[in-house]
Amino acid sequence: MTTVTDVGPARGELTAQAGYGVTQRRVLHSEWTKLRSLRSTLFSLLAAIVFVVALGILISWAQASHWDQESPIDRLTFDPTNTSLSGVFLAQLAIGVLGVLMFSGEYGTGMIRATITAVPHRLPVLWAKSIVFAVVTFVLMTVSSFVAFVGGQAMLSSKHIDTTLGHPGVLTAVFGGGLYLTVVALLGVALGALVRSTAGGIATLFGVLLILPLIVNFLPSSWSHNIDPYLPSSAGQAVFTVVRESSSLGPWTGLLLFCGYAAVLLAAAAVVLRRRDA
Amino acid sequence: MIEVQGLTKRYGEKLAVSELSFTVRPGIVTGFLGPNGSGKSTTMRMIVGLDQPSEGSVLINGQRYRDVRAPLCEVGALLEARSVHTGRSAYNHLLALAQTHGIPRRRVGDVIELVGLAGVARKRAGGFSLGMGQRLGIAAALLGDPGTLILDEPVNGLDPEGIRWIRTLLQDLAAQGRTVLVSSHLMSEMALTAEHLVVIGQGRLIADMSVADFVAGASENVVHVRSPRAAQLRDLLLSADVTIRADGADVLEVSGLPSDRIGAIAAAAGIALSELTPRQASLEEAFMALTHDAVEYHGGSASALPHQPGDGSAQTAGGARLETHGAGARS
Ligand SMILES: Nc1ncnc2c1ncn2[C@@H]1O[C@H](COP(=O)(O)OP(=O)(O)O)[C@@H](O)[C@H]1O
Ligand SMILES: [Mg+2]
Repeated sequence: MTTVTDVGPARGELTAQAGYGVTQRRVLHSEWTKLRSLRSTLFSLLAAIVFVVALGILISWAQASHWDQESPIDRLTFDPTNTSLSGVFLAQLAIGVLGVLMFSGEYGTGMIRATITAVPHRLPVLWAKSIVFAVVTFVLMTVSSFVAFVGGQAMLSSKHIDTTLGHPGVLTAVFGGGLYLTVVALLGVALGALVRSTAGGIATLFGVLLILPLIVNFLPSSWSHNIDPYLPSSAGQAVFTVVRESSSLGPWTGLLLFCGYAAVLLAAAAVVLRRRDA
Repeated sequence: MIEVQGLTKRYGEKLAVSELSFTVRPGIVTGFLGPNGSGKSTTMRMIVGLDQPSEGSVLINGQRYRDVRAPLCEVGALLEARSVHTGRSAYNHLLALAQTHGIPRRRVGDVIELVGLAGVARKRAGGFSLGMGQRLGIAAALLGDPGTLILDEPVNGLDPEGIRWIRTLLQDLAAQGRTVLVSSHLMSEMALTAEHLVVIGQGRLIADMSVADFVAGASENVVHVRSPRAAQLRDLLLSADVTIRADGADVLEVSGLPSDRIGAIAAAAGIALSELTPRQASLEEAFMALTHDAVEYHGGSASALPHQPGDGSAQTAGGARLETHGAGARS
């Protein structure tokens, strides 16, 4: 028969001695444990790495092998850096979904109630999830971008259409692959907290990143030229593009605007998380 | 010590908890009793800051939950709905919670041991049975060695062994001087576990008393009478404040008359009695009577039309549910 003879030191002692209590650093530690202890998270991160590296190299190889049939205009606007980073477009799906799941996964399973009873101020949870997932994404995706760049250029060098990190804008662009995905991660976290459902969060995120540009393209071209550069997707993707259209934003301006969108969503998430019943 | 003061919660039009005030004292198990939908879970969510009260406040040892520096060390809560990510192991779930407070890993191992989950601590919580899930929830509640514990229907759906385990646990925790508030919609369960009762119906306080007083005073007693001439006796006993229910051809359930008076009346008429047993109302009956009175008291038309689905008013819904319960309890 089970009886509870000892549930720990006498009440209160434990707390007083050890200085237990919620701090931002401790919540970061907790969120790191949560991130690494879900198998689905690890699989998705692995998928994102494979997408960036393998797809970048594959598409570079395809471009090189068809170079001789390309039209003069296509050759003129060819962007060897961006080509080797094309896996970023696919990886954003994995990163975005994972970002949304940071919160929606907790709302879906009820874990959020345990999280919020432990951290009743709530905002430290939003910051911790954002920081932990952004740092993990930045590290993994920047390394992946460099690997994809090196591998992709090796493919392109067979036709001497490769570039090097020394060329103007190239180093920025390769870092840009990781930076773009980091901001996508933050957009996902904010949307997950705002929308709370996985399906809703994913639909909103990719509606904005993938569908919105398509719709804008249907507008009269004088309009779409004025609107398109400021869309989150176009602004964000400017940072890993070297050969750009005249209307598009510069890499840092674009990234800054993309970060601005993420900041607005995170602020909205903070307000809502603080106010709403869990 | 938990002090609930004038607590009110509205979900849109729906009034879930209304001007509720009570105090939960340390050292005993306090039962939080009320029919389904009476606002127990809502109140408990407000105690730990998950839901924002529309009005009123809750203080835990004099502090608002949000202002507590180490909430897990102050209050441990087992909520009604599961609060665990299904993809994470029990160990990592508890570890992540412990880390928010800087509680060491050692303590995680200790609470896992304590609730008897050592064998499955590394397994995904999604695969846990109901009983294992409750044990994990209790481990989380005990993680910070809190002085106050709140458990929302902890025995729901458990097997007898699990129920007994939780009962013993709660009583042990209270005996150590902790404040224990445990909710249930079953009076019989509370009678076995709790020493004090806070009873609510439709979000309002109905009773705040010891279990002993509740049982003794909530309902008048009934005398069970068996006689071959029951029908004749019935006519002799009947008067304005006596109610009699016939139960089979030779059995009467008499309330409003003490057993010695019944015996005297029967003797005077020369009617033989084969059984004369004073019987205390069952706990469930006492509870029904109490909550039903509250329903009638608060809801004028509702008591007249207890089974009408009608406009879906809270009183009607609660009344109907109580009636159903009553039938079940007596059968
Ligand atoms: N989040 C919510 N939104 C709307 N109504 C709610 C919500 N939570 C509870 N309620 C309503 O409030 C009342 C009290 O519910 P609850 O606290 O769960 O009762 P209990 O735990 O005593 O069964 C019920 O009528 C329920 O339908
Ligand atoms: Mg409930």
